[in-house]
Amino acid sequence: MRPATEAELAGIIEGAEGPLAITGGGTRRLGTARGARLETGGLSGISLYEPGALTLVVKAGTPLAEVEATLDAEGQRLPFEAPDLRGLLGRTGQSTIGGVVATNASGPRRVQAGACRDSLIGVRFVDGTGTVIRNGGRVMKNVTGYDLVKLVAGSRGALGVLTEVAFKLLPKPETRTSLRIDGLSDAAAVAAMASALTSPFDVTGAAHWPGRGTFLRIEGFAASVAYRRAELQRRLAGFGAVDVAVDDPWPAIRDVAPFHDAAGDVWRLSTVPSEAAALAARAGADQVLYDWGGGLVWLRLAEGTDLRARLGPFQGHATLVRSASALQRFQPEPAPIAALTKGLRAKFDPRGLFSVEI
Amino acid sequence: MDMPLPDPSVLSRRARIWDRLAAALPADALITDPTETRAYECDALTAYRCLPLAVTLPRSTEEAAAILRICSEEGVKVIPRGAGTSLAGGSLPTADAVILGVARMNAVLETDYDNRFIRVQSGRTNLSVTGAVEADGFFYAPDPSSQLACAIAGNIGMNSGGAHCLKYGVTTNNLLGVTLVTMAGEVLTIGGPYLDAGGLDLLGVICGSEGQLGVVTEAWLRILPKPEGARPVLMGFASNEVAGACVSDIIKGGLLPVAIEFMDRPCIVATEAFAHAGYPDCEALLIVEVEGSPAEIDDQLARIKTIATRHNPVAYREAATEDEAKRIWLGRKSAFGAMGQMGDYICLDGTIPVSELAHVLRRIGELTASYGLRVANVFHAGDGNMHPLIIFDANKAGDLELAEALGADILRLCVEVGGCLTGEHGVGVEKRDLMHVQFSAADMEAQLRVKDVFDPAWLLNPAKVFPLDVTASRRAA
Ligand SMILES: Cc1cc2nc3c(=O)[nH]c(=O)nc-3n(C[C@H](O)[C@H](O)[C@H](O)COP(=O)(O)OP(=O)(O)OC[C@H]3O[C@@H](n4cnc5c(N)ncnc54)[C@H](O)[C@@H]3O)c2cc1C
Repeated sequence: MRPATEAELAGIIEGAEGPLAITGGGTRRLGTARGARLETGGLSGISLYEPGALTLVVKAGTPLAEVEATLDAEGQRLPFEAPDLRGLLGRTGQSTIGGVVATNASGPRRVQAGACRDSLIGVRFVDGTGTVIRNGGRVMKNVTGYDLVKLVAGSRGALGVLTEVAFKLLPKPETRTSLRIDGLSDAAAVAAMASALTSPFDVTGAAHWPGRGTFLRIEGFAASVAYRRAELQRRLAGFGAVDVAVDDPWPAIRDVAPFHDAAGDVWRLSTVPSEAAALAARAGADQVLYDWGGGLVWLRLAEGTDLRARLGPFQGHATLVRSASALQRFQPEPAPIAALTKGLRAKFDPRGLFSVEI
Repeated sequence: MDMPLPDPSVLSRRARIWDRLAAALPADALITDPTETRAYECDALTAYRCLPLAVTLPRSTEEAAAILRICSEEGVKVIPRGAGTSLAGGSLPTADAVILGVARMNAVLETDYDNRFIRVQSGRTNLSVTGAVEADGFFYAPDPSSQLACAIAGNIGMNSGGAHCLKYGVTTNNLLGVTLVTMAGEVLTIGGPYLDAGGLDLLGVICGSEGQLGVVTEAWLRILPKPEGARPVLMGFASNEVAGACVSDIIKGGLLPVAIEFMDRPCIVATEAFAHAGYPDCEALLIVEVEGSPAEIDDQLARIKTIATRHNPVAYREAATEDEAKRIWLGRKSAFGAMGQMGDYICLDGTIPVSELAHVLRRIGELTASYGLRVANVFHAGDGNMHPLIIFDANKAGDLELAEALGADILRLCVEVGGCLTGEHGVGVEKRDLMHVQFSAADMEAQLRVKDVFDPAWLLNPAKVFPLDVTASRRAA
């Protein structure tokens, strides 16, 4: 099913007799989807774009590439640098903006510009009863009523099908540069990234790619970038030689490219940066990639390894992103939180049509 | 503005409820004497007042949980309260409700620079969070003008903003986790000192829920390294239209100032008379502030000047010294005080798309004239968050009602042009009855479902945010 309008979509959901597998571009789903395939690609197009107000309203099925090209033409961008997970997950297809929102997909710039949910200012969605619900709007500051915008972002379609989303945007920087420190241990790399992120020099990316180097990104007006580059080089000198990186490493870091062609399960840890290196060591992974200054750790392990059991309790959570095993994808929640999740799902989807794991 | 009649069954069990609370709390944590509870009869929306059944001031999460458990068992409503500076009546009590105030919970629990967070008890004031990390070169970004008094608890309750949120975002963008006590007295940890909590974004919906989903007793907040410096520039324009166009061009020019503040003529005249900041005589005035090293600031201000010059400013003043910077901000910071000199005022805070600025200011002028009242506008122009101040005379019969009616018309206008009723102050009781202007029945029902899940008995701050008729069946159940 591929409805062309929100009303048609609402009708399909209202009349549904069993589970629905909501599909944008099919590039980000984790695990299997049960039910009749319901595609959002028919709900496509930009509803409103005001560069002077840094605002974009777009239908949920619009390809991400189309959104990015439109903004690029005005020298603007989505602040949160959504990753492209096709290479990692072995998918083809076109990522849609609705899928980006439903998974709160956020890349390296998250340390400075926030996640997808932080740029999201409005949604329209259809809940499990077929009712259209609007929340937020098209203005940046809005505290009118509860913030369901945040609740729906990252909910993986468990509460409803997004039909339209609104963002606040940022201007694209005039220039950018990346610094690289070679040969740091994981722990030293996290310390170097912490030093950079606690400086006033507005770092927009801090990642450690073992074997390739520790990378820091600075963006802005040319003179300012040159100034901050020199300041950071001075500040970090104690960690080793701080060179300007020749190639732009950020698309590869964003998309977890180092793991693309390697076999095994891929896990994603969200944690406190200072614990990242010890956690990675405890995991005994075949390969590791640190982003967000160490707050995000990608791990590759032998298929079927129960990483959560291996790590024991830690600050944060682990998601199994790629695996053929039957292990649970998402970290089990403490009972009282799980009860709230269950309660909310039952309210928004009383018939259990949206049977995704979250 | 109506409030529901107090629950007679609760009033008749008053003594028993006091006894149970007294047995669970240290003596100084429970106030029942009306001469002392009077201090809690209202928040900063002082037009509405009511003495609560009791005031409780716990010192720990455990004490807060005990209070909530007792109130839950007794079917008593609870009004969470931070510092009581809400402009929307968010912490206004009812006669059958117990206030749970977190003001005594103000400790810093943990500071971690390498991981860029601070954990505090929620009664800590906004400014003292920055105060705790400032000496080490850090700050907490959301900065409501009330930051000396308001508490993190209320900031989370209202998802408060501030002058610098154009660059740094509002409370929700700087909140990492909370300890939340449910109405049933259960203590939950939601989020934590990391960027990405798993599962549904419960933290996102708790922030800004106006004390209706749970009581926040502790919070993990993101702290940031302080910028090297900041400098404002002041510019005057011949009309609101031109000033509005200049704002839009600055944004389009790829600049991201930390603040773009806008004042219209009535506001300029009033603040000038009050604070003598030396503002130019003009129709509209912008204060734009940028951050960075001295050279970075020079570079950004040069770009801003090029843009502003295209709009023929009637005045353009860059702060060359710290003292000049202070003078530029002096008028803006005294704007509310200046209004206070002119009479009583209501402060609205609807948001509009930036592109509608000139149109909305013109319509506000027309509406104001038709009511025979005066309005001054001072607001965060970069993000469209208006603050029309309606001046009235509280001693004149009917004037408050007139001002409220004008306020409602202005907020309807904000929604009509694509904006919203409130950008940072919250709905409370003040804008409760206008919610249907912005939301359909289905939009509101979706929000009520969230409260049904967190607070099934509808005892937490229940007469706020949504029109009473919309919530009547739930509150009665
Ligand atoms: C002069 C002045 C200037 C202001 N400037 C600004 C500004 O620039 N920006 C801005 O956004 N606001 C501003 N405000 C409004 C106000 O200061 C904010 O809304 C502030 O966040 C309220 O904090 P508080 O601690 O006083 O909260 P309160 O007034 O005590 O409560 C506010 C809301 O939060 C809820 N709440 C309180 N504590 C808790 C808790 N522990 N758990 C759950 N919910 C809780 C309450 O029930 C209520 O709904 C201003 C107010 C004044 C008087």
